[in-house]
Amino acid sequence: MAVNTQPIVRLNHVCKSYGDHQILKDINLELEAGKFYTLLGPSGCGKTTILRTIAGFTAVTSGEVEFDGKVINGLPANQRQVNTVFQDYALFPHMNVAENVAFGLKLHKVSKDEIDQRVQDALAMVQLADFGDREISEISGGQQQRVAIARALVMRPKVLLLDEPLSALDAKLRKDMQYELRDLQQRLGITFLFVTHDQEEALAMSDEIFVMNDGAILQGGSPVDIYDEPINHFVANFIGESNIIPGKMLKDFEVEFVGKAFECADGGMRPNEAVEVVLRPEDLDIVAANQGKLVVTVDSQLFRGNYFEIVAYDSDHNEWLVHSTNPADEGEPIGLTFDPQDIHVMRLNESEAAFDARLEQYEDD
Amino acid sequence: MQRKQRLSRNTAYFIPYMLWILLFVIAPVLLLIYQSFFNIDGQFTFANYQTYFSSNTYLMMTLNSVWYAFLITLATLLISYPTAYVLNETKYPQLWLLLIIMPTWINLLLKAYAFIGIFSQSGIANQFLSFIGIGPQQLLFTNFSFIFVAAYIQIPFMVLPIYNSISELNPSYVNASRDLGATNWQTFSRVIFPLTLPGVKAGIQAVFIPSLSLFMLTRLIGGNKVITLGTAIEEHFLTTMNWGMGSTIGVVLIIAMVIIMMLTSGGKRRTRKGMTK
Repeated sequence: MAVNTQPIVRLNHVCKSYGDHQILKDINLELEAGKFYTLLGPSGCGKTTILRTIAGFTAVTSGEVEFDGKVINGLPANQRQVNTVFQDYALFPHMNVAENVAFGLKLHKVSKDEIDQRVQDALAMVQLADFGDREISEISGGQQQRVAIARALVMRPKVLLLDEPLSALDAKLRKDMQYELRDLQQRLGITFLFVTHDQEEALAMSDEIFVMNDGAILQGGSPVDIYDEPINHFVANFIGESNIIPGKMLKDFEVEFVGKAFECADGGMRPNEAVEVVLRPEDLDIVAANQGKLVVTVDSQLFRGNYFEIVAYDSDHNEWLVHSTNPADEGEPIGLTFDPQDIHVMRLNESEAAFDARLEQYEDD
Repeated sequence: MQRKQRLSRNTAYFIPYMLWILLFVIAPVLLLIYQSFFNIDGQFTFANYQTYFSSNTYLMMTLNSVWYAFLITLATLLISYPTAYVLNETKYPQLWLLLIIMPTWINLLLKAYAFIGIFSQSGIANQFLSFIGIGPQQLLFTNFSFIFVAAYIQIPFMVLPIYNSISELNPSYVNASRDLGATNWQTFSRVIFPLTLPGVKAGIQAVFIPSLSLFMLTRLIGGNKVITLGTAIEEHFLTTMNWGMGSTIGVVLIIAMVIIMMLTSGGKRRTRKGMTK
């Protein structure tokens, strides 16, 4: 059998408006079968609306939703081969755990023996094999979450949509569930589309992340790509912690900020173009003031357990966030060093297509 | 000290309510029970109960009351559930709700007289029937008109609790059901209706129990062709002056109401039936 490279889900120029309010602005998206995708963005950015257009709960204003190569704009939710894990789980309170999981199978006229077998398998998959007879109100939030996943997976969907399913769990359980979800996805080979506003969650679990803001996808790519090479100020700020400093691109591989020129790994811009420079706090090393590439004055610091979070200011009054395993002295100057590849230069208002093209152009050199 | 004070103040707040319950609920019921043990000459007796449970007339009357109350409740429910459902989908449900509640502010008697006018030989209803060529018909003093008017009066009391339970229903249940492949009808019968059942039960309580003892409508609209327990009580107290017998019927009615209350308020947490098959 030939390798199927056709995307399982594709959104073509999808827009959604409520009255004058535009929720989705020209969304283009392709999901390949068997991968873990994440829609990441602040609340109200339209990420859940994208999920709803794929699930069939929301009709698009314009554009096309394709599933397996067919446009499914008019197909009602109950005929789509996708299933959803809802943010509030939406487990039916008048049914017990097993009845909830069996709900969809009963509708599809599956034989009783097969239903029992598949419900049992699905519950075992989420480690709730002995919980079938429990009432929904009798189990914990984490268990409810697993039941919701089992209820969706028992339908053997081609795509599983997850709408912030971990947001109601406490931190510890959340971490555990991140591993389990990732593991489940890899074992089953189902395409997952996961919605979250938690960047750590997105980075930990995804094959590919789409960062969204204000109804548009700003950047799509692997977690490492997005973390190392954010396209703009918003993405750099939203994913991880960043020092974003105004600068000037002197020429390819040389950028000026805080009044000094530094070697960097970026290029493809106009000479002397105004840019923004990103330096991650963990890439900055503290040295003696006279040995640093930059000298900053320590303003305050917080002990974060596995590192110290140091806030410092340079001579241009830019704020610098530094993560260090050693404490610094407040009020004292320190030197900062970093490698050329730790510097990431962003053009102002660059589109994703132009960004990708530029990256390819100078990285090939 | 302070806690004690607060406690006694809370008790003080309860006094008016307690007085009300005592004077207008407990005392009358006790009086009714007491009175039901006396015959028309004022002698203590169990004969009233004996008569009630051995007389075909009374048993038929009881059956009649229950039957008509059932029909009225059924008609009310069939109209109210879809009404409440549609109401919840509208843009201004509170406004529509107000319009539905408004008729309850008008005196029952006035509404009954209005219907006498509407259903009379030359009333609007018959004018319309004549216009479409099938009238005039005898509308007033029929079982149909009795059930029609009774249902009309009871509808707000059924719509309100059902509307409340529908509007409280989490919309993600509906989405989840569709997501798992349910058609609109399957979503309604397997998810929406079972989850709004508490509202339906509350509505049935609010309609069925008062319908058991309707008496004014049976006379004004039903033309006394339908004799319910309510009518019988009225006759005994006002016409035959047999207060003992009237009280006995009253006690039976109260017991019937308690039984219905227990039947409709039990099993609130969860209904397995119809879901597992």
